[in-house]
Amino acid sequence: MDSQALYHQISVLLSRYVHTIDDDELEAWPDLFTEQCVYRVISRENHARGMPVAAMYCDSRAMLIDRVVSLRHANIYEQQSYRHVVSALLVDDNEDGSYSARSNYVVYRTRTNGVTEVYNTGVYEDRIVTDNEGWRFAEKHVIFDTGRIDTLMVIPI
Amino acid sequence: MTSIVNATTNPAVLDWPQTDEGFAVPYDVFTSPDVYAREQERIFRGENWSFVALEAEIPNSGDYKTTFIGDTPVVVTRDDEGGINVIQNRCAHRGALVCRELRGNAAHLECVYHQWAYDLKGKLLGVPFRRGVKGKGGMPKSFDLGAHGLDVLRTESLAGLVFATFSDEAPPLADYLGPTTVAAVTRIFNRPVAVLGDQRQFMHGNWKLYAENTRDPYHASLLHLFHNTFGLYRASQQGASVMDGDGRHSLLYTRASTTDEAVDREIYKDSRSLNSEFRLQDPSLLAGRADFDDDITLVILSIFPNVIVQQIANTLAVRQIVTHGEDGFELVWTHFGYADDDEEMRAIRIKQSNLIGPAGLISMEDGEAVEIVQKAVVRDRERASYIAMGGGRAEDAEHLVTEGAIIGFWEAYRQQMAAA
Repeated sequence: MDSQALYHQISVLLSRYVHTIDDDELEAWPDLFTEQCVYRVISRENHARGMPVAAMYCDSRAMLIDRVVSLRHANIYEQQSYRHVVSALLVDDNEDGSYSARSNYVVYRTRTNGVTEVYNTGVYEDRIVTDNEGWRFAEKHVIFDTGRIDTLMVIPI
Repeated sequence: MTSIVNATTNPAVLDWPQTDEGFAVPYDVFTSPDVYAREQERIFRGENWSFVALEAEIPNSGDYKTTFIGDTPVVVTRDDEGGINVIQNRCAHRGALVCRELRGNAAHLECVYHQWAYDLKGKLLGVPFRRGVKGKGGMPKSFDLGAHGLDVLRTESLAGLVFATFSDEAPPLADYLGPTTVAAVTRIFNRPVAVLGDQRQFMHGNWKLYAENTRDPYHASLLHLFHNTFGLYRASQQGASVMDGDGRHSLLYTRASTTDEAVDREIYKDSRSLNSEFRLQDPSLLAGRADFDDDITLVILSIFPNVIVQQIANTLAVRQIVTHGEDGFELVWTHFGYADDDEEMRAIRIKQSNLIGPAGLISMEDGEAVEIVQKAVVRDRERASYIAMGGGRAEDAEHLVTEGAIIGFWEAYRQQMAAA
């Protein structure tokens, strides 16, 4: 695939990813991942010193589904919504036929009082694959700068 | 005529309502800046020991970590003899922070402002231009390096947990903690631990709301619905709420009915009530291995005033409270395992970390609980809460339907905050 078409496909996947979350269509969010995916939301502080503890760590699409079910039916939190802004996408080929993508993100959060605040910023380090089911994340590592999480984190980043 | 200004009225001294039944906490305790200021003196700089670090965070000579006791910045260092020092993070010269990073390694501590340099025990080593430049300036001839070190706190460790106190009068650490607390700490810290990472969570509420929350087994199955929703609650579970240190400290624990690892694994992975609507698509989240010889699967040990030691399934962590005024605090979660964990055990702990912390499937609600109280108790400062579950007294219980340990906390707090 020529690099421009590749860049376009991966941009579209990232756009679908953030719209799915920001539009609160979280039930569709796991479908953007492969079945044996890794989704990890880890602080830059831990990542930089090789410490493994993450805020969220899922190593299967089924775990992503469990996160969504928990968010919908078990967890208690103030109503809130996100707005993602993604930029500075870089794409690379991997030898195994997958692609690496790196991009910056900002998540603004709006709570019931109507105030929008910068909730979380960081970088997406993704490994992306394509097959007859389309373009999907095999790995998504969310490395966040905002080490001090405000109140709680329930919606995926 | 009565004077409007009563000479004995001190806004930092609380008026605790007397109740015939139960216990009442005046809401002023959560909202008053005067009360907060007094707490810094009476509680955090009073005759209490505050948690500051795990020894495993600073294993090597020269390692240091910056943290806080209440809102006072301190540095925890490992010196050249392997000793641990807790030093107030304020230059003896003009009051600047000496250490500005979260953690690091250094041969000595140096203030960037005028490069006053201290050893890892806080002793002043030297000051630039002490004898002036070309015969001009310089410190007075009488200047004594030995008289201008950093303020050093009394420091003691228990099984790898480092505590410090500003007080000369505080009893030795083990006496302060009490036998139940010491036993609960040494049960978890029975061998060298390995830090797995930190998580930081800011809650927009008074720190004592979290002190209440972690002494409150009543809310556990009512607010934290993860286990119930997925039909994972364990009917076999028994629990208890016991106090130590005259009620200051609280130990909540639950035990499984079995210590058989195979059975335990089975219960964790597959137990679900028949009428539960949902089931985990990936039960590996809760797959675990027995960590201890006993059958205790959950421990929430709240040590007055600023730390919680926890075991929830295979997650081990300390949660340190750092106060930020009367209406905010930071909770620093330090996750750990054991230095001798095999690869599988390490993987279990990392995966189960999904349960705890600011995004924890069974712990995130505590942030919400703290904030909905803080938002509601504004203005009506003279009103009070009502705490009576389990009998309304600071008593231990062989069950979890109690708020006794919350009252134990408040009685200790009230005594320390009382006038004179």
